[in-house]
Parts: sequence; structure tokens; C-alpha cells
Amino acid sequence: MITATALRKEFQVSRRPPGLRAALASLLHRRTETVVAVDEVSFSIAEGERVGFLGPNGAGKTTTLKMLAGLLHPTRGQAEVGGFVPHRRERGFLCAITLVMGQKQQLIWDLPPSETFAMNRAIFDVPVREYKDALDELVTLLSLAPVLDKPTRQLSLGERMRCELAAALIHRPKVLFLDEPTIGLDVEMQLAIREFIRSYNQRHRATVMLTSHYMDDVVALCPRVIVIDGGKLLHDGDLRTLIKAKDPDKRVSCLVPRAVAEPDVMPQVAARLAGLGEVTLEGARLRLRLPESRLAEVIGILLSELRVSDLSIEDPPLEDVMRAMFRKPAASQEPARDASAEARE
Amino acid sequence: MTASGSTSAAGPAPGVTPGAASGPPVRAAHRHPRPWRATLRAIPTLLRIGVAETVAYRAEFVIWMLTTSLPLVMLGLWTSVAAEAPFRGYDSADFVAYYLSVLVVRNLTGSWVSWQLEDEIRRGMLSMRLLRPIHPFLSFAASHLASVPLRGVIALPVAVVLLLSSGADALTRDLAQLAWLLPALALGWFLSFCILFAIGALAFFLERSSAIVDVYFGVFAVLSGYLVPLTIMPAWLAAVAQVTPFRGIIGIPVQIVTDPSLGPMGAARLVGFQALWAVAVLLLLSWLWRRGVRRFEAFGA
Repeated sequence: MITATALRKEFQVSRRPPGLRAALASLLHRRTETVVAVDEVSFSIAEGERVGFLGPNGAGKTTTLKMLAGLLHPTRGQAEVGGFVPHRRERGFLCAITLVMGQKQQLIWDLPPSETFAMNRAIFDVPVREYKDALDELVTLLSLAPVLDKPTRQLSLGERMRCELAAALIHRPKVLFLDEPTIGLDVEMQLAIREFIRSYNQRHRATVMLTSHYMDDVVALCPRVIVIDGGKLLHDGDLRTLIKAKDPDKRVSCLVPRAVAEPDVMPQVAARLAGLGEVTLEGARLRLRLPESRLAEVIGILLSELRVSDLSIEDPPLEDVMRAMFRKPAASQEPARDASAEARE
Repeated sequence: MTASGSTSAAGPAPGVTPGAASGPPVRAAHRHPRPWRATLRAIPTLLRIGVAETVAYRAEFVIWMLTTSLPLVMLGLWTSVAAEAPFRGYDSADFVAYYLSVLVVRNLTGSWVSWQLEDEIRRGMLSMRLLRPIHPFLSFAASHLASVPLRGVIALPVAVVLLLSSGADALTRDLAQLAWLLPALALGWFLSFCILFAIGALAFFLERSSAIVDVYFGVFAVLSGYLVPLTIMPAWLAAVAQVTPFRGIIGIPVQIVTDPSLGPMGAARLVGFQALWAVAVLLLLSWLWRRGVRRFEAFGA
């Protein structure tokens, strides 16, 4: 459904040192340099997949999404979405995709969202019956009924974002490019949007490509992740495999009985567990980080010897894995990415 | 880590049966063998939304209307000049007819699209329009065209005042000539919209195209006949005005109403002049737009 082959995007960025002299000099001669935002990135996404697209600010995520959505012309390489070359923006292509950018809106500011929906129906030439079905579905899934006829300017951020999603999906696109769709939303609204995206994907077998700074979005929605940094592809595959490869240790958390948490007892417990993994104690909450191979042994000790309760075993948080991936050793650190490239993100 | 193969290890989403859609079918991508038909079908809805937008922005709309009242100031000035004796063939009644006609024509043919377009290009909001299967020129045009009937609400009383005033005597009564007024107004609106759209599109290349709009309005006000009738201008300036497109926006529709000596053929020739310029400006705009969008695609969309 989506194929990127050695996709590359370069931007010409003007440079000017501070000061009046430099400002005047720039009138006559403008210094520019080439910034590589996306560097030979290749991947392929099948119909119906939900893929998380991860990377730090300025990694090239939005640039890649814009190339796939047809807004940016690749400097080199090829993109294909649903059999179309995106940057040609043919009608069939535009009717088959949608791009939702959390920081850009398409709703008409002074009119109720229902007017934007009606406008999109007309522009995408959706037959009235299909439109009614789509709208009913979106109104139900996104709980839009109370906000349909309120002017957009009077809606809260969460209400607006839900309406943006509905406006972007009224033509039932087959491919969803979602760039930070939950940015700025509270936890409850993030959950609602997440649930909606999953439901849309399952109902319509739509392909979803999602970028988000909220790792919970990615963990909840995307079995597969593509990670880029500095415009280069770092990982493409199963999310769990990535986590295991980058940080194989498990996180164990439990509550220790009050008697064990006493200051004179705890050091002995810590010493007993020290050889098995990293131990921290906050009040009665004991946390351990340990290799999976030691898990059975440690759980045995915790349950039989320490008689802990509220025990949980988890993978490392994706945030930690990402932080570790994007932390560059000082010696191999590349020059800081251009600020304007970051602004594009 | 290198790029993956054709599918991920994770495969399709849970609950999705490969090869069979579980919900209502997503619309076929190749559904529109004739895209222009779909565009035509969209126009009535776009016009309706345009009216709703104009009504929603009523304060801005009224303020914009007030900015077009310059002809009334000029009317006061020139009627006092011509109070005692005609000035270059224009008596008070002629000036009344001329400036009230200018006020009506200006209301019906004016546009503010350059500011909107510049703003959308600068803030990157044009991206959202480029992702819709309708050319931004058409969606902007429909939205602006929708405001014309509402502008008529202001233009109509002025026209009534004109018919009841002394200026009525200076108007043509030749119906065959007056029949050209509607196409002249339509082409005047189109010319004005295209020129301002082209200036707005300069924001693809310049930081602020609104500076160009200021220059444009200076030139437009003089060469269109907005400030002064072209026939009382110095000969060299009138000659320049005769060949530039600006008189197509104001001067020509006004001349069709206020120049009885023109005749139907003369009016037709003027409308032909407007049509030629409309084609030329549209071609220029189309070239500029293509280059601009290519730049937009290259520099960050």
C-alpha cells in the first residue's frame, strides 16, 4: 500500500550570522547550505497495517509523511501510495488518503464543523447516502453530536481535534497519515482518539502511519515501528523486538510487607537481590531491573521469601528505549541539526 | 538496521481479516474518470459555504465595504470643482453618475483574496487545500463569488440613489449597450480576482506579498478610473490606462453605464478587451502558480 524507495529530501537553508553588517551583506549575497532532512529511507507498508513512525525532533518524520502525502517533492528516490505517485496529487490519490497534522487545521474557524464536513463531502464528491453513513459512524465513534453545530472557534482543543479527524475521514480514505494527532490533548481525549484510530483501521482495513511524541499512542496502536534519526532509518520492525533488542531487561515492581521495608531489614533484602538485578526501593515499593533469564528465580524469592504483593512484570517503557537510541556518544555525535529543519518538523 | 521487506513482522492490525474488508467499503481510488464533473458538482455547496462564511465575518465585511467609500470623497471634491462650470466636459451630474457607478462597480468587482492566500502560504495552511481534489483557485473563487450577492445589498441602494439623483440624466438609456454590463461586471470581478490571486501567490517567492498589494492598489486606483475618470487624465496617462488591464475592473463597466456615445458595438469591444486581459492574466497566474507550488513542495509545504 505504501512504498518508499531510497527516499531523500534536501532543503536549501539560508545562513546569516547576527549583526547589522551581516544583514546588509545578505541583501547582496545570501549564503545557503543544503540540509538533508530525509536520507535514503526505504520501507514498505501493507494494507491494513498500523505503523508508528518514531524519531526525535528534526529526525525527518514529518518531511517523510509530507512526501508520502504528496505535499513535498522528493529530491531523490521514489514513493508510491496505493499505486499512485504522491507528488502528482491526482484526484484518485487525494480521495484515497488523508493527512492529519495536529498543529494544522482544516475546519472553517467561524462556522460549525458540520459545514466543513458538508464542504468536504462536496469536494470529495461523496454520494449523499455514503456521506450520511460515514458521518453517523464518525459522530458515534468520536461522540461529536453535541459539537456539530457549534462554531469551531468555540470548541475546546479536544473537541476540535475530534472534529478535525472526522473532517479528514469523511471521504473514508484508505491511507491515514497521522502527524501528532493527540498533541496537546488530555489523557482521556488521547485514549478516545487512540481507540477511534484502532476502530477505523479495523472497520475499513485502512493503513495507518502515525507519528506521536506520546509513546503510549504508539505502544497502544502500532505493532510495528519505523524509527528514524538524522533522516536515516534506524529500525523497521516489530515494536517488541525493538524493545527487546535495545533494552532486554524486564521491569519488576511490587509492594514489600511493612516488616521488610524497615531500615534495618531492607539492606539485607537489597544485598540478597543485588546480584540478580538493579534494585531500588521507594517507601514500600520495590523495583527491580533484571535480565529475563533471572526472572523466575527473582519472582520465587519475592513471593516465597519476602511475601510481596501487587507484583507486576513489564517491558521497559518505550520512552527509555527511544532515549537510549537517540543518545549519541560524544565522539560520534553528528553536528546539531539545523534549527530550520527542526522547525519543519 | 536496514529497511524492511514488503511487510512487517507484525502484519495487519488485529481483528483485520486479510483480503476481506470488515466494514463498509472504502471508496475506489479510480472513481473519477471526469474530475471536472465532480468539481462542478461541488460548486453549489462551496457557494453556500461561502455565503455562510461571509455572514459569519460580517464585521470584517462591513469594514471592508467602508474602505471602498473613496468614490464618495472624490464625488464631493469633483462636484465642487464642477459646480460653476464643467471640467473637461464633465458637469456635476456627470460626476455624480460616474462616482456612484464607480462605487457600485467597485463593490461588485473588488476582492481581498491576496491577503488570504498570502496568509495561508506563509503559515503552511495551503497544504490542507493542496490535499483536496479541487484546485485552490476554484475553492477561493467560489468562496469569494458567494460574497458578491451580499455586496449587492450595499451596491443596490447606491444604484437606487444614482437613478434618483441628478446623475440619472448622464446615464445611457440604450438597452442593447446596457446588456453588456453584466458580462463586463463578471469579467471585471474575474480580472480583479485573478490579479489579486497572482499577487497573493507571490508569497511563494517573497516573505510578504502584501507590500506588493499596496503598490498594486496605488497603480490600480489611478489606472482603473477609480480615483479620476480616465477621460480627464493627462493624455499620456490616459493612453497608458487604455492598454492596461485595470480599467477592465472599474473603468469599462462604468463606461458602459455612463457613456451614451459608446453604443452596443463599442461596449462589445470593451468586453472583448476585458476578455483578452482575463485570458492573459489567467495564463500568467497559472504559470506563476505552478512555479510557486513547485517551490512550496521543494521548500517545506
